[in-house]
Amino acid sequence: MDTAKNSVAFSGTPEQEAQLLEFIKEKKDDKGALMPILQKAQAIYGYLPIEVQKIISDNTGISLEKIYGVVTFYAQFSLYPKGEHTISVCLGTACYVKGSGEIFEKLQEMLGISDGECTEDGKFSLEACRCIGACGLAPVLTVGEDVYGRLTVEDIDHIIAKYA
Amino acid sequence: MENITVKINGAEISVPKGTTVLEAAHMAGIEIPTLCYMKKINEIGACRICVTEVNEGRGFRLVAGCVYPCSNNMEIRTNSAKVMESRKKTLELMLSTHDKKCLSCVRSGNCELQKLCRDYGIEDTEVYAGARNEYKIDDSAVHMYRDNNKCILCRRCVAVCSNVQGIGVIGANERGFRTYIGSAFDMGLGETSCVSCGQCIAVCPVGAIAEKDYTKQVLAEIADPEKMVIVQTAPAVRAGLGECFGLPIGTNVEGKMVSALRKLGFDKVFDTNFSADLTIMEESHEFLDRVQNGGVLPMITSCSPGWVKYCEHYFPEMTENLSTCKSPQQMFGAVAKTYYAEKLGIDPKNMVVVSIMPCTAKKFETGRDNQNASGYPDVDYALTTRELGRMIERAGINFHALADDTFDEPLGIYTGAGVIFGATGGVMEAALRTAVYELTGESPVDFPELRGTDGIKEATYTVGDKEIKVAVASGLLNAKTVLEKVRNGEADYQFIEIMGCPGGCVNGGGQPQQPASVRNFTDIRAERAKVLYDIDSNKPVRQSHENPAIKAVYEEYFGEPGSHKAHEVLHTKYVKRSIN
Amino acid sequence: MKTLKELRTVRKMMEGELALRTHGNAHSKYEKHVLVCGGTGCTSSGSPKVIEKLEQEFEAKGLTDKIQIVKTGCFGLCELGPIMIVYPEGTFYSRVNIDEIPRIVDEHLIGGNPVKEFLYSETVEGDNIKALDETPFYSKQKRIALRNCGVINPEDINEYIGRDGYKALGEVLTEMTPEEVIQTILDSGLRGRGGAGFPTGMKWRLARTIVPDADIKYVCCNADEGDPGAFMDRSVLEGDPHVLIEAMTIAGYAIGASQGYVYVRAEYPIAVERLTIAIKQAREAGMLGNDIFGTGFNFDIDLRLGAGAFVCGEETALMTSIEGNRGEPRPRPPFPAEKGLYQKPSVLNNVETYANIPQIILNGAKWFASMGTEKSKGTKVFALGGKIHNTGLVEVPMGTTLREVIEEIGGGIPNGKKFKAAQTGGPSGGCIPAEHFDIPIDFDNLIGIGSMMGSGGLIVMDEDNCMVDIAKFFLEFTVDESCGKCSPCRIGTKRMYEILDKITKGKGTMEDLDKLEELCYHIKSNSLCGLGQTAPNPVLSTLRYFRDEYIAHVVEKRCPAGVCKDLLHFEVIKDKCFGCGLCARHCPADAITQTDYTAPGKKKPAYQIDKEKCIKCGACIGTCKFKAIINK
Repeated sequence: MDTAKNSVAFSGTPEQEAQLLEFIKEKKDDKGALMPILQKAQAIYGYLPIEVQKIISDNTGISLEKIYGVVTFYAQFSLYPKGEHTISVCLGTACYVKGSGEIFEKLQEMLGISDGECTEDGKFSLEACRCIGACGLAPVLTVGEDVYGRLTVEDIDHIIAKYA
Repeated sequence: MENITVKINGAEISVPKGTTVLEAAHMAGIEIPTLCYMKKINEIGACRICVTEVNEGRGFRLVAGCVYPCSNNMEIRTNSAKVMESRKKTLELMLSTHDKKCLSCVRSGNCELQKLCRDYGIEDTEVYAGARNEYKIDDSAVHMYRDNNKCILCRRCVAVCSNVQGIGVIGANERGFRTYIGSAFDMGLGETSCVSCGQCIAVCPVGAIAEKDYTKQVLAEIADPEKMVIVQTAPAVRAGLGECFGLPIGTNVEGKMVSALRKLGFDKVFDTNFSADLTIMEESHEFLDRVQNGGVLPMITSCSPGWVKYCEHYFPEMTENLSTCKSPQQMFGAVAKTYYAEKLGIDPKNMVVVSIMPCTAKKFETGRDNQNASGYPDVDYALTTRELGRMIERAGINFHALADDTFDEPLGIYTGAGVIFGATGGVMEAALRTAVYELTGESPVDFPELRGTDGIKEATYTVGDKEIKVAVASGLLNAKTVLEKVRNGEADYQFIEIMGCPGGCVNGGGQPQQPASVRNFTDIRAERAKVLYDIDSNKPVRQSHENPAIKAVYEEYFGEPGSHKAHEVLHTKYVKRSIN
Repeated sequence: MKTLKELRTVRKMMEGELALRTHGNAHSKYEKHVLVCGGTGCTSSGSPKVIEKLEQEFEAKGLTDKIQIVKTGCFGLCELGPIMIVYPEGTFYSRVNIDEIPRIVDEHLIGGNPVKEFLYSETVEGDNIKALDETPFYSKQKRIALRNCGVINPEDINEYIGRDGYKALGEVLTEMTPEEVIQTILDSGLRGRGGAGFPTGMKWRLARTIVPDADIKYVCCNADEGDPGAFMDRSVLEGDPHVLIEAMTIAGYAIGASQGYVYVRAEYPIAVERLTIAIKQAREAGMLGNDIFGTGFNFDIDLRLGAGAFVCGEETALMTSIEGNRGEPRPRPPFPAEKGLYQKPSVLNNVETYANIPQIILNGAKWFASMGTEKSKGTKVFALGGKIHNTGLVEVPMGTTLREVIEEIGGGIPNGKKFKAAQTGGPSGGCIPAEHFDIPIDFDNLIGIGSMMGSGGLIVMDEDNCMVDIAKFFLEFTVDESCGKCSPCRIGTKRMYEILDKITKGKGTMEDLDKLEELCYHIKSNSLCGLGQTAPNPVLSTLRYFRDEYIAHVVEKRCPAGVCKDLLHFEVIKDKCFGCGLCARHCPADAITQTDYTAPGKKKPAYQIDKEKCIKCGACIGTCKFKAIINK
C-alpha cells in the first residue's frame, strides 16, 4: 500500500517554485495566509510533499510541523501525487442511501486500491468524497471533471474502460 | 476588581469576576482534576476530565471547569454522580487507547493518569477496549524518547514547545481517532530542530515523553574499579531533588544530596557551582574585553545548552554574539580531566565525569564538538535530577534519614555567585558582581532588578564611566523577542543572559515533574529560585573572583582569565544549523 | 454606480427586462428568455452542452437578437436536470437532451408551440400546459431565500439589482441606525439556518455591544456546507451570490465591522467562481469598498476556501481555520461575539440566514414574523434527497409538515416502496419515523423528536434501508470528521462505530446495545463542540424509533431490510428456478451448483447456493430473470 503511495519521486520544476514563491510573497503578510498558500501549492504541484512544505516553511517562517499538522488535518490536502485520473465517489447521505457504498466497494476491488490511494501504474486515484451537491443524480461519481450520475454497479466497468 | 458570588456544592463563595470554575473550586478547597489544562499555556478544554456541572439558571449541564468562567449566582457541582460518572467514562475511553504498561513505565507512581484511575475507581481497564493506533517509539534524539502508545493527546507538550518555547517541532498531526503528536513527515525528533530543552518532558502527565536514562551505565562505571568516577551537581538540583522524595517545593537538600551521592559510590562529590564561578571569571573577562576592544556586542551567555542549540538553529547569524565560554558543566569536566587529573596524577582516560543536571539539553551538550579539553569528553554522563532521584530510590537509600554532608575540595568550593546560576538573571548578576569589581574595585552584591521570574528583564547600570545595558530572558519565545529587538536595531544591550527554560535551570526540563494540579496554582520557578537566593545571601563569599579554589586554579594552572591555556580548556566554538 | 439614484436607474431599467420572467408583460429587448440551469446538479447532467447547442441554433437561425439565453442558478428540481424554461410562457423542459434542441427551437421558440413530449410531465395536462409554479412541487413553496435562484443570471449584478438587489443596503445605510437594523432582525424572529437556530438579531446585538471599545470586528459567513446531502447554501451561492454580499454588508454596518470573510467549501467550484465574480462586480459598482453610497461606510469581503473538514462548520473551528490553523474548535465562552476571528468580536451566520436579511429589511420584521410557527419564523430551505421522486431543493414556511414536504412536494417514494424514515440534520440529526409524519417542521419540534433542523438536508429512506446501517454510516462519517481534540468525541465515536459494526456483522450482544446507548449520552454531554455533542443523534434516534431493527440484528442475527451483508443469506427458490444456470456462471465464488430437483412445469433441474462458499456479493440476484433468488 505504502509503496504505491510513495513510489513517485519529487520532480518539481524551477518554474513551479517561482510561481509558488511569487504567491507566497504576495500573501505572506496577510493574516491566515497558510491555507491559501497550501491550496495554491497543491494547485501548482498537485500534492504537498516535504519539498514543497519546506519551501513554504522557509519562506513564511511557519514551522514545518505546523504546516504538516494543517496539511494532514484537511482531507483535501494530499501528501502523495494523484493518478492521471481521480475517481471520486460520493458517499454523501443521499448517494449512500441509493447505493454508492457498493459502487465504491466495486471500484476498490476493480482497481485494487483503497480510499486515497493511487494505482501502481499511476493511472487512477480513488477517493471517497462527501457530497458534491449533485444529490439529484445520486448515486454519483466523478472522474476528473466528468460527472456520472444515477449509477448502478453494472455501469462501473464501462466508465473505467473509457479512461484505461 | 468586581466580585461575584457562586455556590459550590451548596456553599457560597465570593470570587473575582473572570475566575474560572476550576479556580473558584480551588479557592473553596476543592480540587477539580485536569489533564490538558495549563494556566495561560494550554487552555484548550480538550481532555474533558475537568467536567463539572454548572447551573446558570437554565438547569445543570456539564462544562469544562478548567476554562469555564464563573458567572454571578452560578451553582457548581463538582462531585455529583453525573460528574463522577462522566470523568470515569472519559478515563475508561482514554485507557482504551493507552498501552497500560504501567509496570514498566518510568512514570509509574507519579503518573497523572494513573492517579486519576485510582481516584475515580477504575475497576476494569478494558470496558471500551477496541482498535488502538500502534506507534513506533521515537528514540532518535540524544536526550529523550517519545512513546505515543502512552500519549493521551492532552497536548501539554505541544503547548510548551510552541507557546512557551516558540519552536513547535512537535504538534498534532492527522485528525480524529488517527490524531497523534509528532513531527513533520514523522521525522525523528533528532532530525528536527528540537533544542533538547525537555520542557515537554517536564509537563507530560504520563510516560509518553521521558529523558533517556543513563543510570545503568553510571552504576556500571561506579562498579568498575579501574575508573575514578566523580560527580558534579548543578545549582538547581539541590532546589528540586527533594521533590522526588515528597518534600515541599522549594526545599534545599544540598547536604542530603551530597550524602546520597557518596552513598551511591561516587569517588568524589563536587559542585558545578565551582565551575559556575570559573565561568564568571572567563565570561566577565570576555565581556570586558569585547566592550573595551570593539568585539561583537551584545555578548550573550552560553551556559544553557538548549538556548545555544536554539541560537544555532534559529539565529545562526548571532552565534558570533555567544560567549565562547563553555558552560559550567563542561568547564567542570574540562578542569577535572586536566588540572585536577594532573594534580592527582591520574590518566583522564580513567576518570569518568558524571553530572547531575536539571536539564536534558546537557545530555546533548556532552556530545558536542570541541568539548574534550583532555582529549576525552569533558563530561561522560549528564543525568537529570529525576535520574538521580531514581538511583537513590533504587539503592534503597532513605533520603529523609540522611545527614547533611559537604562537597569535596577543591572542586566543590563555591560562592554565592555560583549558586544563583540556577535562576533566571543569576548569571548576569554573578557576572556583574565581578565585572563591576574589575572596572571600579567596588563590590556590590545585590542586583534586585535582575531577579524574579519575569520572562524578560532589562536594566542599565553605570559602572565607572561606562553605562552597561543588560537584558535577561528565559524561555525561548522571550529570547526570540529580545533577539529580534537586537536584530532590528531596536535595542542596544551590551550583555544578554538567556536561559532556555522559563525561570532558568530551576525549572529545567530535567527537574522533577509536578502535576498540573500543582503547577497551575504554584509558581514552582519562584519557589525553587528562592532556595538558591537564600543560599547566596547566607554565603560569606558571594563573588566568583573571591572563591579561593578559583584563585588557586588560576594561580596553579591557567594564569589569567582569558589566557591561552584558558582558551584551550574552557572555551568552545559554535556551528550554524538549519531549521527542520 | 456610487449613489442611490444611480442604483434606482439601473433597477428601473432591469425591472422591465426581468418582468418577462415573472408576470409576462414587460418591456424587454427580447421576445423570449430561455433560462437554463447552471447549478451543480444540472451542470453535472450536461447543461453547459445545452447552452452551447442553443447558441449554435440561435446563431444559425438568426435568433440571437430576439431570444436571450440566461444561465441561472438552481431551480430546485435537480432530479430533472438539465432544466430549461422558456419565458414569458414559463414552459418547463426537463432532462433536456441536446438532440431535442433543434425541435424545441423550431417548433416552440420560432413556431410558438411548446414541444409537449419534452416538457416536464407534471406540467402537461391534456392540451393544457401549466407553468412551473403551478406544479405541486412549486405551488406549496414560499421562496424567500431562494427567490432569485433560477430566475436571474447570477453573474450579472444588474439582474440582481433589477430584483430589488442592494435596495435594502441602500435603506439601511441611509435611513437606519445600526440599532434599528438589529432591532428589525430581532423582531423578525429570524433564527440561524445553520443548525442550532440561535436568534440572529441576538448574535448581532452581542457582537455590537459586548466589547464596547473593540477596534476591529468581523462578519463571517459559513458557506462550508458540510452536511453530506445538503446543498441549499451552494444553490444560493450559485444562483444568487449578490444577496450574500448585500446581507453581509448590512451585518457589517449593524455590528460595526468593515471586513467580511466567506468560508466556502472548495468542493463547490461553481459557487466559488460565481461568488468571485459577484464580489468583483460589487466592488466595481461601489457596493463593496470604501464610502458605500457616499455614506462613509466601508466594507469589503474576502473568500477563504475550506479544505475538507466537516468540523469547520462549527463556528470556532471555522474561525480557527480562517486563521490558518487546524480547524479545531475552541471552548466557548468566550463566544465569537466577544472573541471570534483573530480574537476580535465576530458574527458568523450561514448562507441561508443571510439570504433572508435583505427581504426582511425591505418587507419589514412583521412580514417575516407572520410566516412560520410561534418560535420559528419565516421559511426553511430543504434539500430533498434519497428515496423520493422529486429530488431537489424546496423552500417552505416553517411549520409545514413532513407529509406535505415528502408526499405533496416531493412526490412520494418511488417504485411503490414504503416510507421508513426521514433523516434531517445530517450527521448531527436523527431519523424521523412515519409516526411523526404530521408534525409541523420547526427548530423546536425537530429537537423534541430527537432530530434537529441542521442545515436542511432531508433524506428519505424506504423499507430497503437498514436503520442500523444508516446509523453506522453516520458514525463512520463522524469518526472520519471528528477533529480529534477532545477525548469523548475522538475515542467515543470510534467505539460507537465499532459497536455498530459488530452489530451489523451479527456479533452484537444486548450488552453492546446498552453500552452503545450509554456512550451516546456520555459523548453528548461531555464533548467540546457541537460536532461531538450531536454526533450520537443518528444512533439515539434510530434506537428510539427502530429499536426492533437493532434487536433483530442482535438477537435474531437478521437484517430486516436485507442490507447488512454478513447477515444475509442467498437462496434459490427451487420452484421458481428454470435451471438456466446464468447465476452459476456469474457467481465469482463457484457457490452455485445444480441440484437433481426439477420443479413442476420446469424443464431443467433447479440450482442451489452453498452458504459456506457464498460471499454474498449479490451478483446472482441481478442475473436471475425469474426472480428465483432471494436474500433474507
